[in-house]
Amino acid sequence: MTSFTPWSSMLGGLLIGSAALLLWVLNGRIAGISGILGSCYSKPDSDSVWRLFFLAGILLGAGLSAWMIRVPDFSVVASPARLVFAGLLVGFGTQLGSGCTSGHGVCGLARGSKRSLVATLVFMGTGVLAIYLIRHTELFGLGAGS
Amino acid sequence: MKNCVIALLSGLVFGMGLSVSGMMNPAKVQNFLDVAGDWDPSLALVMGAALLVSSAGQFLARRLQAPVLAAGFSLPTRNRLDLRLILGASLFGVGWGVAGFCPGPALANLAFVRSEAAFFVLAMLVGIGLYRWGLQPILEQRSGICDGRE
Repeated sequence: MTSFTPWSSMLGGLLIGSAALLLWVLNGRIAGISGILGSCYSKPDSDSVWRLFFLAGILLGAGLSAWMIRVPDFSVVASPARLVFAGLLVGFGTQLGSGCTSGHGVCGLARGSKRSLVATLVFMGTGVLAIYLIRHTELFGLGAGS
Repeated sequence: MKNCVIALLSGLVFGMGLSVSGMMNPAKVQNFLDVAGDWDPSLALVMGAALLVSSAGQFLARRLQAPVLAAGFSLPTRNRLDLRLILGASLFGVGWGVAGFCPGPALANLAFVRSEAAFFVLAMLVGIGLYRWGLQPILEQRSGICDGRE
């Protein structure tokens, strides 16, 4: 169980939104993690360098906030096999669907993109379904309560 | 050069936001998705607050001819609601629910050398490769359309 953290979650959201605002207003780029990651698989071009800076910034930012405030909580329930399965799905799915929580959920929705609205509803929906099947049915050998 | 500094700064603020928001904890993300269990609505506030600021950015950008430090705004090239979008988002959602990780928080967790996050990220990079080097060339050959990202 994790407890509801309204203030820190809102503050975190404001920061994430600010990051997206910065990148859009100043650089004209979408702060979508999966898109930025995926572009690293293409031939290097004039955009490759800022992408690497952005990705490095994410790790640095997480480290910086741990140093300044506190180390963020971390608890993983999924087994290693499930983590690998999930990673494959997330990697492949975000590329096929052109975005993840940041690109569709934060940037796309703010832009009023219909595609992003549909994508966000769909991934929230299948996410809810997946966790329901895992936690509240016996289908995956865990059953209710685990 | 300036673009890279802004990108670094944006990433930095993004990473701090992920950390402060609590979304780097997979259990917390899963508890948001678990509407039938001990529901933790925190993620909704993260997204709501992020959207608020990000929308302000869109509003601001509409008054500009071009971004302050670039020639133009880079918009996604795909704009149809198609099967790829639905199928891709479905698969992503399942993975997100199973692990509690989406790409940003998983990457950010690498800063703390957390092995579960590393497992996930490695598999994710393979998944991206399967699309980028496997399926995408086939799809492009078929449609002749260049693929865009969001």
